[in-house]
Amino acid sequence: MSIGHRHPEKLTRAQMAERVASDVPAGAVVNLGIGIPTQVSNYLNPEHEIILHTENGMLGMGPEAHGDDIDTDLLNAGKIAVTESPGCSYFHHADSFAIMRGGHLDIAVLGAFQVSQNGDLANWHTGEPGAIPAVGGAMDLAVGAKDVFVIMELMTKAGTSKLVRELSYPVTGLGCVTRVYTELAIFDLDRTGNVRVTETYGDVSVADLCDMTHLDLIDATQ
Amino acid sequence: MINKFRDSVDEVLADIPDGATIMIGGFGLAGQPIDLINGLLRRKLSGLTIVNNNAGNADEGLALLVKSGAVRKVICSFPRQVDSWHFDAKYHAGEIELELVPQGNLAERIRAAGAGIGAFFTPSGYGTTLADGKETRHIDGRDYVLEYPITADYALIKAHKADRWGNLLYRKTSRNFGPIMAMAATTTIVQVPYLVELGDLDPENVVTPGIFVDRVVQVASTNPKEHS
Repeated sequence: MSIGHRHPEKLTRAQMAERVASDVPAGAVVNLGIGIPTQVSNYLNPEHEIILHTENGMLGMGPEAHGDDIDTDLLNAGKIAVTESPGCSYFHHADSFAIMRGGHLDIAVLGAFQVSQNGDLANWHTGEPGAIPAVGGAMDLAVGAKDVFVIMELMTKAGTSKLVRELSYPVTGLGCVTRVYTELAIFDLDRTGNVRVTETYGDVSVADLCDMTHLDLIDATQ
Repeated sequence: MINKFRDSVDEVLADIPDGATIMIGGFGLAGQPIDLINGLLRRKLSGLTIVNNNAGNADEGLALLVKSGAVRKVICSFPRQVDSWHFDAKYHAGEIELELVPQGNLAERIRAAGAGIGAFFTPSGYGTTLADGKETRHIDGRDYVLEYPITADYALIKAHKADRWGNLLYRKTSRNFGPIMAMAATTTIVQVPYLVELGDLDPENVVTPGIFVDRVVQVASTNPKEHS
């Protein structure tokens, strides 16, 4: 793992994905959301036999397909053509969501608009008036996976924290996020509202992060 | 002799009335019964309720059915996409009703319809706006929302191979909603590129038993990877 406990610079998006990948245990069944979470697969060690789940009905999804390998019957949840890994399997949609809801999926890695200190997730709808809502599998993933890891920038472009005391965006799932990976720090959450900072990047301190998030963060970096 | 093979797309769709509820399989191009959807468009029906994961993409298939005004209501999980302009226009004009359902609840509600389940409690959607007004229950430390089955008059699906009893095999991720929609609908209509003799499908590998299938029509595949 090239990203140390106290990386001297804040992380790029690719490094955030790499950092998440290093926390995925060998043999885990994982669903990667669309966007930065998808990049996590670039950093998984093939020898660890981590099984990727795609909600449209496959376990053991391989890398994106290119050129002659593209098969329109073999797509991921983002409708991108993918490939098979040895040992993969196909199943219908109800079984695929039973894998999540039934507690068989170890980790879901998702993006977010906001995460609250007790693990509530907002990632499906901005709540903007007139916007057509679309949810897909976001709510099922949020409540189904044993662990929900979120990858997001800590601050919005307007300079407000996306890790918050209470969500202002519409809820996707309550008390479901267990860890938040950002460019500045990793935050471990529990349902009681305690937020532990386990790693920081660049020259940011836990006190700085408390100021930025307006939360009483626990320093667990030592 | 049981023979569910039919000669044409127009024939298998001929009895669908205005106002029917129709499930349409597929997730992206995979499993999309495009020839059946195009046949439905030719019927020039009205007042349809469509159950699909999406609400039509670009200028083909379901999107054109929506554009044509045939669709009164869509039940789906993900209507808004970069190329869902026909649905978007109808929605903003107030000309189409949307029932938005989390994808896993959509699948399970369809499954429940085919399995004779009256309703079920699911954790998905609890505490969200999509559960507003719905009955909830706290069971063994967890919160659930009561959801009801989605039934349909017809299901239009695509499979890979069929025999004349309607036993079906699918290919890769094109299976998606096919098996559960086949079970949920009163009349299930299937397009397949390959018809096989009774007894040629390995019974261990039949995914949808023919009991859930009513009509089968052969249509060539547009996917060059889909060989028999």
